[in-house]
Amino acid sequence: MKLLSMREAVTRYVQDGNLVAIEGFTAFICFSAAHEIIRQRRKDLTLCRMTPDLVYDQMIAAGCARKLVFSYLGNPGVGSLHCVRRAVEKGIPHPLEIEEYSHFGMTCRYLAGASKLPFYPLHSYVGSSMHAVNPNIRFVKNPYGDNQIAVVPPINPDVAIIHAQRADINGNTQLWGLLGMQREVAFAAKHVIVVVEEIVPEEIICSDPNRTLITAQVVDAVVHQARGAHPSYVQGYYDRDNSLYLAWDKISRDDAAVQAWLDEWVYGLEDWDAYLAKLEQNEPAIWERLKPGQALSSPVNYGLYQ
Amino acid sequence: MEYTASEMMIISSARALQGVKVVFVGVGMPNIACNLARQTVASDLELVYESGIFGAHPTRLPLSIGDPTLISGATSVCSITELFMYYLQGGRIEVAFLGVAQIDRFGNINTTVIGDYHKPKIRLPGSGGACEIAIHAGKVFIITRLSSRTFVEKVDFITSPGFLDGDPAKRAALGMPGQGPQLVVTDKGILRFKADTGEMYLDVIYPNVELDEIREGIGWELAVSPDLKRAPPPTPQELRLVREELDPDGRYRS
Repeated sequence: MKLLSMREAVTRYVQDGNLVAIEGFTAFICFSAAHEIIRQRRKDLTLCRMTPDLVYDQMIAAGCARKLVFSYLGNPGVGSLHCVRRAVEKGIPHPLEIEEYSHFGMTCRYLAGASKLPFYPLHSYVGSSMHAVNPNIRFVKNPYGDNQIAVVPPINPDVAIIHAQRADINGNTQLWGLLGMQREVAFAAKHVIVVVEEIVPEEIICSDPNRTLITAQVVDAVVHQARGAHPSYVQGYYDRDNSLYLAWDKISRDDAAVQAWLDEWVYGLEDWDAYLAKLEQNEPAIWERLKPGQALSSPVNYGLYQ
Repeated sequence: MEYTASEMMIISSARALQGVKVVFVGVGMPNIACNLARQTVASDLELVYESGIFGAHPTRLPLSIGDPTLISGATSVCSITELFMYYLQGGRIEVAFLGVAQIDRFGNINTTVIGDYHKPKIRLPGSGGACEIAIHAGKVFIITRLSSRTFVEKVDFITSPGFLDGDPAKRAALGMPGQGPQLVVTDKGILRFKADTGEMYLDVIYPNVELDEIREGIGWELAVSPDLKRAPPPTPQELRLVREELDPDGRYRS
């Protein structure tokens, strides 16, 4: 039975010292899972994500991580990730090892990981300082020519946490909007926790097979958590809560303020439903504010062939 | 008509997109410039975002390159894999805008660290897609204000390679398909790069600006074109589009 609570899924599939991937490019970032990982006080994690975003800024500030594998350290549209910077520049809360790529490099690492290749070639890094500081970016000779090409090694997270709009109880998961690298990271990971806004019957999934992101075969746990990506967004369900991204920019400049925030919004709350209730208590109309208008896709006929 | 330096930067960048069909864009000024160009000099311009969007038609000003307004109504949303493999590495991006923390005399860009990588004074965001964009985009355009802290003799770290040590032929030797940096739009003038050495030089100066103001904002002895041109000021139409349609709240044009 794959349908688990967030607590059970994290207890079972996220261990100290794990390589953890919570992807989602600006969208579909599973903050509900991140908060549960923080709440369960996981440590020594290696976090990998193309753009760490607030999700890893919070986990790093909480002391969960020993190492970060990434390609861009920004608070998208706002500025810096102050907690990650504090860890890298000053070792607060403790020193953070980093392994840095470009976006294309991270993409290729996941591709190699998902398809069990020993490395993946990409035409990047030449003329830059990137490979001088990352020994995992190497160059090999093109076997069909005279030139060199950069390669990166596979990455296989111990656990990947995927957020999407809907899945069935077996984990056949559908997503629309920014795909990011969620599909690739799911296939690259040893364990996959899928977190969705809605659980739907298998017939719904099968009515639109092109929309399926990942299939049940790679999924270990399915968590039904509506609004599980706040303050990130889910296409068609709720908007990004830019006010929290902007507020975080101020809070995160000071470690004491961050720790107080974690106490109030993570450690002091039982679970994500309590977090949502607290958001609603602070702002009763929050979901009205974040509700998008409607933009339905035009339906298609797959055809019934009998 | 009165106008701000930011408005001049946006409008100058838009003018440079004449006839372009595919542009890689971030948020902020480049986004406004691209949308302005679509309505003025580049009606076929498609906006491509490294988040995986080809042909964005946003209905609000996007705050980030992953803003949900970029997805609804777009021509195509693809995975990041496809974006980087087929569009970028596949050589289909004509122009890309890159942001800079530092840029040097030969157009090499740093967005990684100020100081030593292993013990940085300031840890900057890092490459994102910038490293490969600098290698593959047909042309790279930069929009940034003049400052001798930004325009440095030599960057602390090369995130996005330009003309390296002043040898454009080396780009081809390293197999870099893109032409590299072509344009730096600043708040006082426009810089381009010499064909033989890839050295940055002042090509255009804005109305009511003195050369010394520009030199102050460059951390090396700036080369100036013998054929230095004065930019025409913004037209009323360009200003109206920027002020009333594209950035009514004044987030980027003020």
